[in-house]
Amino acid sequence: MRWRYLKDRGNTAGMKAALIFANSLFFLMLIGLYYKSRPILALKSLSHLLGSSVWLPTQGQFGFYPFIVGTVEVTLIAMILAVPTCLLAAVWLAEYSSRRFREALRVVIDLMAGIPSVIYGLFGVIVIVPLVRDVGRALGRQTTGYTLLAGGVILAVMVAPIIISVSVEVLRAVPMEARETSLALGITKWAAVRHVLFKSARHGLLSAVVLGFARAFGETIAVLMVVGNVARVPHSLFDPAYPLPALIANNYGEMMSIPLYDSALMLAALILLVVVGVFHMVAHLALYRMEKGS
Amino acid sequence: MRLTMKWRRREEAMMKALMVASLAVILLFLAGIIFVIVSRGARALSWSMIVQTPKGGYYLGGGGGIANAIVGSLYLTLGASIISVLLSLPIAFALQREYVPRAVANLTRLALDVLWGTPSIVYGAFGFVVMVYLGLRASLLGGIIALSLLMLPIMTRAMEEVIRMIPLQLKEIAYSLGATRIETTLHVVLRQALPGIVTAAMLAFGRGIGDAASILFTAGYTDYIPHSLLDPAASLPLAVFFQIGTPIKEVQDRAYASALILLIVILVVNLFSRFMSLRFSRHNVR
Repeated sequence: MRWRYLKDRGNTAGMKAALIFANSLFFLMLIGLYYKSRPILALKSLSHLLGSSVWLPTQGQFGFYPFIVGTVEVTLIAMILAVPTCLLAAVWLAEYSSRRFREALRVVIDLMAGIPSVIYGLFGVIVIVPLVRDVGRALGRQTTGYTLLAGGVILAVMVAPIIISVSVEVLRAVPMEARETSLALGITKWAAVRHVLFKSARHGLLSAVVLGFARAFGETIAVLMVVGNVARVPHSLFDPAYPLPALIANNYGEMMSIPLYDSALMLAALILLVVVGVFHMVAHLALYRMEKGS
Repeated sequence: MRLTMKWRRREEAMMKALMVASLAVILLFLAGIIFVIVSRGARALSWSMIVQTPKGGYYLGGGGGIANAIVGSLYLTLGASIISVLLSLPIAFALQREYVPRAVANLTRLALDVLWGTPSIVYGAFGFVVMVYLGLRASLLGGIIALSLLMLPIMTRAMEEVIRMIPLQLKEIAYSLGATRIETTLHVVLRQALPGIVTAAMLAFGRGIGDAASILFTAGYTDYIPHSLLDPAASLPLAVFFQIGTPIKEVQDRAYASALILLIVILVVNLFSRFMSLRFSRHNVR
Protein backbone atom coordinates (compact mmCIF):
# COMPACT_ATOMS: atom_id res chain seq x y z
CA MET A 1 0.00 0.00 0.00
CA ARG A 2 2.81 2.32 0.89
CA TRP A 3 4.49 1.64 -2.43
CA ARG A 4 1.29 2.40 -4.34
CA TYR A 5 0.91 5.61 -2.41
CA LEU A 6 4.48 6.67 -3.17
CA LYS A 7 3.99 5.83 -6.83
CA ASP A 8 0.95 8.05 -6.96
CA ARG A 9 2.82 10.89 -5.26
CA GLY A 10 5.81 10.57 -7.58
CA ASN A 11 3.70 10.54 -10.71
CA THR A 12 1.66 13.47 -9.53
CA ALA A 13 4.82 15.49 -9.01
CA GLY A 14 5.99 14.64 -12.51
CA MET A 15 2.65 15.60 -14.03
CA LYS A 16 2.57 18.88 -12.14
CA ALA A 17 6.06 19.66 -13.41
CA ALA A 18 4.88 19.08 -16.99
CA LEU A 19 1.88 21.30 -16.29
CA ILE A 20 4.12 24.08 -15.04
CA PHE A 21 6.22 23.73 -18.18
CA ALA A 22 3.13 24.10 -20.38
CA ASN A 23 2.06 27.21 -18.52
CA SER A 24 5.48 28.82 -18.59
CA LEU A 25 6.48 27.99 -22.16
CA PHE A 26 4.98 31.22 -23.53
CA PHE A 27 6.87 33.24 -20.96
CA LEU A 28 10.05 31.27 -21.55
CA MET A 29 9.80 32.19 -25.22
CA LEU A 30 9.13 35.80 -24.29
CA ILE A 31 12.17 35.90 -22.00
CA GLY A 32 14.44 34.05 -24.42
CA LEU A 33 13.63 36.33 -27.33
CA TYR A 34 13.81 39.45 -25.17
CA TYR A 35 17.20 38.37 -23.86
CA LYS A 36 18.47 38.02 -27.42
CA SER A 37 17.01 41.32 -28.59
CA ARG A 38 18.39 43.32 -25.68
CA PRO A 39 21.64 44.36 -27.43
CA ILE A 40 19.72 46.30 -30.09
CA LEU A 41 17.21 47.72 -27.61
CA ALA A 42 20.13 48.99 -25.53
CA LEU A 43 21.41 51.02 -28.47
CA LYS A 44 18.16 52.32 -29.92
CA SER A 45 14.75 53.02 -28.52
CA LEU A 46 11.89 50.79 -29.52
CA SER A 47 9.93 53.69 -30.98
CA HIS A 48 12.88 54.63 -33.17
CA LEU A 49 13.26 51.05 -34.38
CA LEU A 50 9.56 50.74 -35.14
CA GLY A 51 9.24 54.16 -36.78
CA SER A 52 12.33 54.27 -38.96
CA SER A 53 12.19 53.18 -42.60
CA VAL A 54 15.93 52.77 -43.14
CA TRP A 55 16.94 49.11 -43.32
CA LEU A 56 20.72 48.87 -43.84
CA PRO A 57 21.98 46.10 -41.54
CA THR A 58 25.59 46.48 -42.68
CA GLN A 59 25.56 50.09 -41.45
CA GLY A 60 23.74 49.25 -38.27
CA GLN A 61 20.45 50.81 -39.44
CA PHE A 62 17.45 48.72 -38.45
CA GLY A 63 14.14 50.39 -39.26
CA PHE A 64 11.20 48.04 -38.95
CA TYR A 65 8.58 50.42 -40.31
CA PRO A 66 8.32 49.01 -43.87
CA PHE A 67 8.11 45.47 -42.54
CA ILE A 68 5.41 46.30 -40.02
CA VAL A 69 3.40 48.16 -42.67
CA GLY A 70 3.91 45.20 -45.01
CA THR A 71 2.69 42.72 -42.41
CA VAL A 72 -0.35 44.76 -41.46
CA GLU A 73 -1.34 45.53 -45.05
CA VAL A 74 -1.00 41.99 -46.33
CA THR A 75 -3.02 40.76 -43.35
CA LEU A 76 -5.70 43.39 -43.87
CA ILE A 77 -6.05 42.50 -47.55
CA ALA A 78 -6.43 38.87 -46.56
CA MET A 79 -9.08 39.74 -44.02
CA ILE A 80 -11.03 41.97 -46.43
CA LEU A 81 -11.16 39.07 -48.87
CA ALA A 82 -11.67 36.28 -46.37
CA VAL A 83 -14.06 37.63 -43.73
CA PRO A 84 -17.21 38.23 -45.81
CA THR A 85 -16.67 35.10 -47.88
CA CYS A 86 -16.02 32.88 -44.88
CA LEU A 87 -18.86 34.30 -42.82
CA LEU A 88 -21.35 33.77 -45.63
CA ALA A 89 -20.08 30.25 -46.16
CA ALA A 90 -20.28 29.59 -42.42
CA VAL A 91 -23.87 30.87 -42.24
CA TRP A 92 -24.83 28.56 -45.05
CA LEU A 93 -23.15 25.59 -43.38
CA ALA A 94 -24.61 26.35 -39.98
CA GLU A 95 -28.15 27.39 -40.95
CA TYR A 96 -29.08 26.20 -44.42
CA SER A 97 -27.23 22.97 -45.19
CA SER A 98 -28.20 19.50 -44.05
CA ARG A 99 -26.42 17.94 -41.13
CA ARG A 100 -24.81 15.37 -43.35
CA PHE A 101 -23.38 17.95 -45.72
CA ARG A 102 -22.09 19.97 -42.77
CA GLU A 103 -20.30 16.94 -41.34
CA ALA A 104 -18.78 16.12 -44.72
CA LEU A 105 -17.63 19.70 -45.18
CA ARG A 106 -16.09 19.68 -41.73
CA VAL A 107 -13.78 16.87 -42.85
CA VAL A 108 -12.88 18.79 -46.01
CA ILE A 109 -12.19 21.97 -44.04
CA ASP A 110 -10.04 20.11 -41.51
CA LEU A 111 -8.11 18.75 -44.43
CA MET A 112 -7.69 22.25 -45.82
CA ALA A 113 -6.37 23.42 -42.46
CA GLY A 114 -3.84 20.60 -42.49
CA ILE A 115 -2.29 21.43 -45.86
CA PRO A 116 1.25 22.74 -45.24
CA SER A 117 1.88 26.40 -45.90
CA VAL A 118 4.63 25.61 -48.38
CA ILE A 119 2.00 23.97 -50.61
CA TYR A 120 -0.22 27.05 -50.41
CA GLY A 121 2.87 29.04 -51.33
CA LEU A 122 3.59 26.79 -54.28
CA PHE A 123 0.01 27.19 -55.49
CA GLY A 124 0.50 30.93 -55.16
CA VAL A 125 3.64 30.87 -57.28
CA ILE A 126 2.06 28.71 -59.98
CA VAL A 127 -1.43 30.22 -60.19
CA ILE A 128 -1.94 33.43 -58.21
CA VAL A 129 1.25 35.30 -59.06
CA PRO A 130 0.83 35.02 -62.89
CA LEU A 131 -2.83 35.94 -62.48
CA VAL A 132 -2.00 39.04 -60.46
CA ARG A 133 0.69 39.97 -62.97
CA ASP A 134 -1.75 39.73 -65.88
CA VAL A 135 -4.42 41.70 -64.04
CA GLY A 136 -1.84 44.31 -63.06
CA ARG A 137 -0.60 44.64 -66.62
CA ALA A 138 -4.13 44.90 -67.91
CA LEU A 139 -4.55 47.82 -65.52
CA GLY A 140 -1.38 49.36 -66.89
CA ARG A 141 1.01 48.60 -64.03
CA GLN A 142 4.51 47.28 -64.42
CA THR A 143 4.53 44.39 -62.00
CA THR A 144 6.11 40.97 -61.61
CA GLY A 145 3.06 39.55 -59.87
CA TYR A 146 5.01 39.01 -56.66
CA THR A 147 2.96 41.58 -54.80
CA LEU A 148 1.01 42.58 -51.75
CA LEU A 149 -2.16 41.42 -53.51
CA ALA A 150 -0.80 37.93 -54.24
CA GLY A 151 0.22 37.58 -50.59
CA GLY A 152 -3.21 38.75 -49.46
CA VAL A 153 -5.03 36.27 -51.70
CA ILE A 154 -2.96 33.32 -50.52
CA LEU A 155 -3.39 34.33 -46.88
CA ALA A 156 -7.13 34.68 -47.39
CA VAL A 157 -7.29 31.08 -48.57
CA MET A 158 -5.15 29.94 -45.65
CA VAL A 159 -7.22 31.59 -42.93
CA ALA A 160 -10.53 30.41 -44.40
CA PRO A 161 -10.59 27.04 -42.57
CA ILE A 162 -10.08 28.69 -39.17
CA ILE A 163 -12.68 31.40 -39.65
CA ILE A 164 -15.24 28.97 -41.09
CA SER A 165 -14.83 26.23 -38.49
CA VAL A 166 -14.96 28.60 -35.51
CA SER A 167 -17.90 30.56 -36.99
CA VAL A 168 -19.93 27.44 -37.73
CA GLU A 169 -19.39 26.23 -34.18
CA VAL A 170 -20.34 29.59 -32.72
CA LEU A 171 -23.49 29.84 -34.84
CA ARG A 172 -24.54 26.30 -33.99
CA ALA A 173 -24.19 27.18 -30.30
CA VAL A 174 -26.99 29.77 -30.55
CA PRO A 175 -30.07 28.19 -28.95
CA MET A 176 -32.72 26.82 -31.30
CA GLU A 177 -35.40 28.94 -29.57
CA ALA A 178 -33.79 32.10 -30.90
CA ARG A 179 -34.35 30.90 -34.47
CA GLU A 180 -37.81 29.55 -33.80
CA THR A 181 -38.97 32.73 -32.13
CA SER A 182 -37.82 34.93 -34.98
CA LEU A 183 -39.16 32.63 -37.68
CA ALA A 184 -42.49 32.49 -35.87
CA LEU A 185 -42.69 36.24 -36.33
CA GLY A 186 -42.79 35.62 -40.03
CA ILE A 187 -39.43 37.02 -41.04
CA THR A 188 -37.23 35.29 -43.58
CA LYS A 189 -34.37 33.05 -42.59
CA TRP A 190 -31.78 35.59 -43.66
CA ALA A 191 -33.47 38.30 -41.61
CA ALA A 192 -33.34 35.96 -38.61
CA VAL A 193 -29.64 35.37 -39.23
CA ARG A 194 -28.91 39.06 -39.59
CA HIS A 195 -30.98 40.42 -36.74
CA VAL A 196 -30.91 37.59 -34.22
CA LEU A 197 -28.07 35.16 -34.84
CA PHE A 198 -25.42 37.71 -35.70
CA LYS A 199 -26.38 39.70 -32.66
CA SER A 200 -26.26 36.88 -30.17
CA ALA A 201 -23.13 35.31 -31.69
CA ARG A 202 -21.25 38.55 -32.31
CA HIS A 203 -18.48 37.95 -29.76
CA GLY A 204 -17.86 34.48 -31.09
CA LEU A 205 -17.82 35.64 -34.71
CA LEU A 206 -15.46 38.44 -33.79
CA SER A 207 -13.20 35.87 -32.12
CA ALA A 208 -13.23 33.79 -35.29
CA VAL A 209 -12.08 36.82 -37.25
CA VAL A 210 -9.41 37.68 -34.70
CA LEU A 211 -8.07 34.12 -34.78
CA GLY A 212 -7.89 34.35 -38.56
CA PHE A 213 -6.12 37.68 -38.29
CA ALA A 214 -3.55 36.26 -35.86
CA ARG A 215 -2.92 33.31 -38.14
CA ALA A 216 -2.38 35.56 -41.14
CA PHE A 217 -0.17 37.93 -39.17
CA GLY A 218 2.42 35.28 -38.38
CA GLU A 219 2.27 33.16 -41.53
CA THR A 220 5.73 32.85 -42.98
CA ILE A 221 6.61 30.55 -45.83
CA ALA A 222 3.54 30.92 -48.05
CA VAL A 223 3.68 34.71 -47.87
CA LEU A 224 7.42 34.79 -48.31
CA MET A 225 7.07 32.86 -51.57
CA VAL A 226 4.63 35.25 -53.26
CA VAL A 227 4.97 38.69 -51.73
CA GLY A 228 8.14 39.89 -53.46
CA ASN A 229 10.27 40.77 -50.42
CA VAL A 230 11.35 44.33 -51.17
CA ALA A 231 12.10 46.39 -48.07
CA ARG A 232 10.04 49.43 -49.04
CA VAL A 233 6.69 50.70 -47.86
CA PRO A 234 4.21 49.45 -50.49
CA HIS A 235 2.02 52.14 -52.08
CA SER A 236 -0.38 50.03 -54.07
CA LEU A 237 -1.75 46.51 -54.28
CA PHE A 238 0.67 45.82 -57.10
CA ASP A 239 3.79 46.78 -55.15
CA PRO A 240 5.95 44.14 -53.49
CA ALA A 241 5.99 44.07 -49.70
CA TYR A 242 8.18 42.49 -47.03
CA PRO A 243 6.32 41.23 -43.94
CA LEU A 244 8.13 40.61 -40.65
CA PRO A 245 7.99 36.78 -40.68
CA ALA A 246 9.48 36.76 -44.19
CA LEU A 247 12.24 39.07 -42.98
CA ILE A 248 13.22 36.63 -40.25
CA ALA A 249 13.04 33.59 -42.51
CA ASN A 250 15.01 35.15 -45.35
CA ASN A 251 17.95 36.46 -43.37
CA TYR A 252 18.79 33.76 -40.88
CA GLY A 253 21.80 32.85 -43.06
CA GLU A 254 23.68 36.11 -42.71
CA MET A 255 22.39 37.20 -39.33
CA MET A 256 25.39 35.83 -37.44
CA SER A 257 27.97 37.62 -39.59
CA ILE A 258 26.66 41.19 -39.22
CA PRO A 259 26.70 42.77 -35.74
CA LEU A 260 23.29 43.30 -34.15
CA TYR A 261 21.54 41.61 -37.10
CA ASP A 262 20.59 38.53 -35.06
CA SER A 263 19.40 40.80 -32.28
CA ALA A 264 17.18 42.72 -34.71
CA LEU A 265 15.65 39.53 -36.11
CA MET A 266 14.96 38.16 -32.64
CA LEU A 267 13.24 41.47 -31.84
CA ALA A 268 11.07 40.92 -34.92
CA ALA A 269 10.17 37.46 -33.61
CA LEU A 270 9.42 38.96 -30.21
CA ILE A 271 7.06 41.51 -31.79
CA LEU A 272 5.26 38.70 -33.61
CA LEU A 273 4.99 36.64 -30.45
CA VAL A 274 3.53 39.51 -28.44
CA VAL A 275 1.07 40.72 -31.08
CA VAL A 276 -0.23 37.26 -31.96
CA GLY A 277 -0.28 36.24 -28.30
CA VAL A 278 -2.43 39.21 -27.30
CA PHE A 279 -4.86 38.63 -30.18
CA HIS A 280 -5.21 34.97 -29.29
CA MET A 281 -5.72 35.65 -25.63
CA VAL A 282 -8.53 38.12 -26.32
CA ALA A 283 -10.25 35.81 -28.81
CA HIS A 284 -10.06 32.71 -26.64
CA LEU A 285 -11.24 34.50 -23.52
CA ALA A 286 -14.31 35.68 -25.46
CA LEU A 287 -14.92 32.14 -26.71
CA TYR A 288 -14.60 30.64 -23.22
CA ARG A 289 -17.04 33.18 -21.84
CA MET A 290 -19.50 32.25 -24.52
CA GLU A 291 -19.08 28.55 -23.81
CA LYS A 292 -19.80 29.17 -20.18
CA GLY A 293 -22.85 31.25 -21.00
CA SER A 294 -24.47 28.64 -23.20
CA MET B 1 -39.07 51.05 -43.03
CA ARG B 2 -41.66 48.61 -44.22
CA LEU B 3 -40.53 46.07 -46.72
CA THR B 4 -42.85 44.16 -48.93
CA MET B 5 -42.85 40.40 -48.76
CA LYS B 6 -41.71 40.24 -52.36
CA TRP B 7 -38.63 42.30 -51.56
CA ARG B 8 -37.82 40.13 -48.56
CA ARG B 9 -38.04 36.98 -50.62
CA ARG B 10 -35.72 38.50 -53.17
CA GLU B 11 -33.25 39.44 -50.44
CA GLU B 12 -33.40 35.92 -49.06
CA ALA B 13 -32.74 34.38 -52.47
CA MET B 14 -29.91 36.79 -53.15
CA MET B 15 -28.18 36.16 -49.83
CA LYS B 16 -28.56 32.43 -50.28
CA ALA B 17 -26.96 32.64 -53.70
CA LEU B 18 -24.11 34.69 -52.24
CA MET B 19 -23.54 32.13 -49.49
CA VAL B 20 -23.43 29.22 -51.90
CA ALA B 21 -21.11 31.20 -54.15
CA SER B 22 -18.78 31.96 -51.22
CA LEU B 23 -18.61 28.34 -50.23
CA ALA B 24 -18.05 27.35 -53.84
CA VAL B 25 -15.15 29.81 -54.19
CA ILE B 26 -13.45 28.41 -51.09
CA LEU B 27 -13.93 24.81 -52.18
CA LEU B 28 -12.76 25.73 -55.67
CA PHE B 29 -9.50 27.04 -54.22
CA LEU B 30 -8.99 23.79 -52.33
CA ALA B 31 -9.74 21.73 -55.42
CA GLY B 32 -7.45 23.98 -57.45
CA ILE B 33 -4.58 23.54 -55.01
CA ILE B 34 -4.89 19.77 -55.02
CA PHE B 35 -5.35 19.63 -58.78
CA VAL B 36 -2.34 21.84 -59.52
CA ILE B 37 -0.02 20.00 -57.14
CA VAL B 38 -1.12 16.56 -58.31
CA SER B 39 -1.05 17.30 -62.02
CA ARG B 40 2.29 19.13 -61.97
CA GLY B 41 3.85 16.84 -59.40
CA ALA B 42 2.84 13.57 -61.02
CA ARG B 43 4.61 14.58 -64.23
CA ALA B 44 7.94 15.10 -62.45
CA LEU B 45 7.64 12.29 -59.93
CA SER B 46 9.80 9.23 -60.49
CA TRP B 47 11.10 6.34 -58.47
CA SER B 48 14.64 7.74 -58.42
CA MET B 49 13.28 10.94 -56.85
CA ILE B 50 12.13 8.95 -53.87
CA VAL B 51 15.03 6.58 -53.30
CA GLN B 52 18.11 8.62 -54.27
CA THR B 53 19.87 11.45 -52.51
CA PRO B 54 20.93 14.46 -54.62
CA LYS B 55 23.89 13.79 -56.88
CA GLY B 56 26.44 16.31 -58.12
CA GLY B 57 24.76 19.20 -59.94
CA TYR B 58 21.32 18.22 -58.67
CA TYR B 59 20.31 21.83 -58.19
CA LEU B 60 21.36 22.57 -61.76
CA GLY B 61 19.17 19.81 -63.13
CA GLY B 62 21.49 16.85 -62.51
CA GLY B 63 20.43 13.39 -61.33
CA GLY B 64 19.37 12.22 -57.94
CA GLY B 65 16.34 12.58 -55.69
CA ILE B 66 15.08 13.86 -52.42
CA ALA B 67 15.51 10.78 -50.24
CA ASN B 68 17.51 13.02 -47.91
CA ALA B 69 14.49 15.25 -47.38
CA ILE B 70 12.03 12.38 -46.99
CA VAL B 71 14.17 10.57 -44.42
CA GLY B 72 15.11 13.87 -42.75
CA SER B 73 11.46 14.86 -42.40
CA LEU B 74 10.56 11.48 -40.94
CA TYR B 75 13.43 11.62 -38.44
CA LEU B 76 12.58 15.16 -37.43
CA THR B 77 8.86 14.61 -37.04
CA LEU B 78 9.14 11.19 -35.40
CA GLY B 79 11.68 12.52 -32.92
CA ALA B 80 9.56 15.54 -32.18
CA SER B 81 6.44 13.35 -31.88
CA ILE B 82 8.10 11.16 -29.27
CA ILE B 83 9.17 14.14 -27.17
CA SER B 84 5.76 15.76 -27.60
CA VAL B 85 3.89 12.63 -26.54
CA LEU B 86 6.10 12.26 -23.48
CA LEU B 87 5.33 15.85 -22.50
CA SER B 88 1.71 16.02 -23.66
CA LEU B 89 0.41 12.93 -21.91
CA PRO B 90 1.34 14.02 -18.38
CA ILE B 91 0.00 17.53 -19.08
CA ALA B 92 -3.27 16.21 -20.47
CA PHE B 93 -3.63 13.81 -17.52
CA ALA B 94 -2.79 16.53 -15.03
CA LEU B 95 -5.66 18.64 -16.36
CA GLN B 96 -8.15 16.17 -14.89
CA ARG B 97 -10.29 17.34 -12.03
CA GLU B 98 -8.59 15.18 -9.40
CA TYR B 99 -5.21 16.76 -10.01
CA VAL B 100 -5.74 20.50 -10.33
CA PRO B 101 -8.51 22.98 -9.51
CA ARG B 102 -10.68 24.00 -12.44
CA ALA B 103 -9.24 27.52 -12.56
CA VAL B 104 -5.72 26.17 -13.08
CA ALA B 105 -6.96 23.82 -15.79
CA ASN B 106 -8.70 26.70 -17.55
CA LEU B 107 -5.59 28.84 -17.34
CA THR B 108 -3.52 26.03 -18.84
CA ARG B 109 -6.04 25.62 -21.65
CA LEU B 110 -5.70 29.31 -22.42
CA ALA B 111 -1.91 29.03 -22.36
CA LEU B 112 -2.05 26.07 -24.74
CA ASP B 113 -4.48 27.82 -27.08
CA VAL B 114 -2.21 30.84 -27.24
CA LEU B 115 0.77 28.57 -27.90
CA TRP B 116 -1.21 26.81 -30.64
CA GLY B 117 -1.65 30.12 -32.39
CA THR B 118 1.96 31.24 -32.03
CA PRO B 119 3.52 31.50 -35.50
CA SER B 120 5.91 28.71 -36.36
CA ILE B 121 8.65 31.19 -37.26
CA VAL B 122 8.61 32.29 -33.60
CA TYR B 123 9.18 28.68 -32.54
CA GLY B 124 12.04 28.64 -35.02
CA ALA B 125 13.53 31.80 -33.54
CA PHE B 126 13.10 30.54 -30.00
CA GLY B 127 14.57 27.17 -30.96
CA PHE B 128 17.51 29.10 -32.33
CA VAL B 129 17.93 30.95 -29.02
CA VAL B 130 17.86 27.62 -27.16
CA MET B 131 20.40 26.15 -29.56
CA VAL B 132 22.78 29.07 -29.11
CA TYR B 133 22.35 28.68 -25.35
CA LEU B 134 23.18 24.97 -25.52
CA GLY B 135 25.99 25.54 -28.01
CA LEU B 136 24.36 23.52 -30.79
CA ARG B 137 24.62 24.17 -34.52
CA ALA B 138 21.76 23.65 -36.97
CA SER B 139 21.11 19.96 -36.48
CA LEU B 140 18.55 17.20 -36.28
CA LEU B 141 18.41 17.74 -32.53
CA GLY B 142 17.79 21.49 -32.89
CA GLY B 143 15.01 20.84 -35.38
CA ILE B 144 13.46 18.25 -33.10
CA ILE B 145 13.46 20.70 -30.18
CA ALA B 146 11.76 23.47 -32.17
CA LEU B 147 9.29 21.09 -33.78
CA SER B 148 8.33 19.37 -30.54
CA LEU B 149 7.54 22.75 -28.96
CA LEU B 150 5.37 23.56 -31.98
CA MET B 151 3.55 20.23 -31.75
CA LEU B 152 3.15 20.24 -27.98
CA PRO B 153 0.06 22.49 -27.72
CA ILE B 154 -1.68 20.83 -30.69
CA MET B 155 -1.20 17.39 -29.22
CA THR B 156 -1.99 18.29 -25.62
CA ARG B 157 -5.15 20.19 -26.48
CA ALA B 158 -6.47 17.37 -28.64
CA MET B 159 -5.63 14.72 -26.01
CA GLU B 160 -7.20 16.76 -23.27
CA GLU B 161 -10.45 17.09 -25.22
CA VAL B 162 -10.63 13.30 -25.46
CA ILE B 163 -9.81 12.74 -21.81
CA ARG B 164 -12.46 15.25 -20.77
CA MET B 165 -15.09 13.23 -22.65
CA ILE B 166 -14.56 10.11 -20.52
CA PRO B 167 -17.63 9.38 -18.40
CA LEU B 168 -17.05 10.31 -14.78
CA GLN B 169 -18.71 7.11 -13.56
CA LEU B 170 -15.92 5.01 -15.02
CA LYS B 171 -13.37 6.81 -12.90
CA GLU B 172 -15.62 6.73 -9.87
CA ILE B 173 -15.85 2.95 -10.13
CA ALA B 174 -12.07 2.69 -10.13
CA TYR B 175 -11.79 5.01 -7.14
CA SER B 176 -14.47 3.14 -5.25
CA LEU B 177 -12.41 -0.01 -5.68
CA GLY B 178 -9.56 1.74 -3.94
CA ALA B 179 -7.38 2.54 -6.96
CA THR B 180 -4.98 5.47 -6.63
CA ARG B 181 -5.11 8.37 -9.04
CA ILE B 182 -2.24 7.13 -11.16
CA GLU B 183 -3.73 3.63 -11.31
CA THR B 184 -7.07 5.04 -12.43
CA THR B 185 -5.31 7.23 -14.97
CA LEU B 186 -3.21 4.47 -16.47
CA HIS B 187 -5.68 1.60 -16.36
CA VAL B 188 -8.99 3.33 -17.00
CA VAL B 189 -8.42 6.76 -18.52
CA LEU B 190 -5.48 5.85 -20.75
CA ARG B 191 -7.17 2.74 -22.05
CA GLN B 192 -10.44 4.48 -22.70
CA ALA B 193 -8.79 7.49 -24.35
CA LEU B 194 -6.19 5.59 -26.33
CA PRO B 195 -7.84 5.92 -29.78
CA GLY B 196 -8.23 9.64 -29.21
CA ILE B 197 -4.67 9.95 -27.98
CA VAL B 198 -3.35 8.20 -31.09
CA THR B 199 -5.48 10.48 -33.26
CA ALA B 200 -4.13 13.52 -31.41
CA ALA B 201 -0.56 12.35 -31.92
CA MET B 202 -1.16 11.82 -35.63
CA LEU B 203 -2.84 15.21 -35.99
CA ALA B 204 0.25 16.79 -34.49
CA PHE B 205 2.47 14.63 -36.68
CA GLY B 206 0.64 15.91 -39.75
CA ARG B 207 1.15 19.51 -38.66
CA GLY B 208 4.76 18.90 -37.77
CA ILE B 209 5.80 17.26 -41.00
CA GLY B 210 4.40 20.10 -43.07
CA ASP B 211 5.95 22.90 -41.10
CA ALA B 212 8.85 24.72 -42.68
CA ALA B 213 9.38 27.93 -40.75
CA SER B 214 10.25 26.34 -37.41
CA ILE B 215 12.99 24.12 -38.82
CA LEU B 216 14.39 26.64 -41.26
CA PHE B 217 17.20 27.71 -38.97
CA THR B 218 17.14 24.96 -36.42
CA ALA B 219 17.53 21.87 -38.62
CA GLY B 220 19.41 23.41 -41.52
CA TYR B 221 19.53 21.61 -44.87
CA THR B 222 21.86 19.01 -46.27
CA ASP B 223 22.18 16.68 -49.24
CA TYR B 224 22.96 13.74 -46.98
CA ILE B 225 20.86 11.55 -44.76
CA PRO B 226 21.68 12.48 -41.15
CA HIS B 227 23.60 9.84 -39.19
CA SER B 228 23.54 11.40 -35.75
CA LEU B 229 21.44 13.85 -33.80
CA LEU B 230 24.08 16.52 -34.34
CA ASP B 231 24.06 16.31 -38.15
CA PRO B 232 21.95 18.83 -40.03
CA ALA B 233 18.81 17.35 -41.56
CA ALA B 234 16.92 18.11 -44.76
CA SER B 235 13.14 18.18 -44.80
CA LEU B 236 10.35 17.93 -47.37
CA PRO B 237 8.81 21.41 -46.95
CA LEU B 238 12.21 23.03 -47.21
CA ALA B 239 13.00 20.85 -50.24
CA VAL B 240 9.91 22.32 -51.92
CA PHE B 241 10.87 25.81 -50.82
CA PHE B 242 14.49 25.72 -51.99
CA GLN B 243 13.78 23.95 -55.28
CA ILE B 244 11.05 26.37 -56.36
CA GLY B 245 13.47 29.20 -55.63
CA THR B 246 15.88 28.19 -58.39
CA PRO B 247 15.49 29.52 -61.92
CA ILE B 248 16.03 26.11 -63.58
CA LYS B 249 12.90 24.41 -64.84
CA GLU B 250 13.92 20.81 -64.09
CA VAL B 251 14.57 21.73 -60.47
CA GLN B 252 11.27 23.57 -60.21
CA ASP B 253 9.49 20.48 -61.54
CA ARG B 254 11.08 18.55 -58.71
CA ALA B 255 9.64 21.07 -56.26
CA TYR B 256 6.18 20.10 -57.54
CA ALA B 257 7.04 16.42 -57.15
CA SER B 258 8.32 17.04 -53.61
CA ALA B 259 5.13 18.92 -52.79
CA LEU B 260 3.10 16.00 -54.11
CA ILE B 261 5.01 13.58 -51.88
CA LEU B 262 4.40 15.87 -48.90
CA LEU B 263 0.71 16.18 -49.74
CA ILE B 264 0.35 12.40 -50.05
CA VAL B 265 2.09 11.84 -46.70
CA ILE B 266 -0.26 14.30 -45.04
CA LEU B 267 -3.37 12.87 -46.66
CA VAL B 268 -2.35 9.36 -45.62
CA VAL B 269 -1.68 10.44 -42.02
CA ASN B 270 -5.01 12.28 -41.95
CA LEU B 271 -7.06 9.39 -43.32
CA PHE B 272 -5.22 6.86 -41.22
CA SER B 273 -5.86 8.77 -38.01
CA ARG B 274 -9.57 9.02 -38.89
CA PHE B 275 -9.65 5.31 -39.58
CA MET B 276 -7.85 4.55 -36.33
CA SER B 277 -10.25 6.57 -34.25
CA LEU B 278 -13.23 4.83 -35.87
CA ARG B 279 -11.74 1.36 -35.74
CA PHE B 280 -10.49 1.40 -32.18
CA SER B 281 -13.24 3.28 -30.44
CA ARG B 282 -15.72 0.45 -31.04
CA HIS B 283 -14.92 -1.27 -27.77
CA ASN B 284 -15.03 1.85 -25.65
CA VAL B 285 -17.48 2.30 -22.84
CA ARG B 286 -19.78 5.19 -23.59
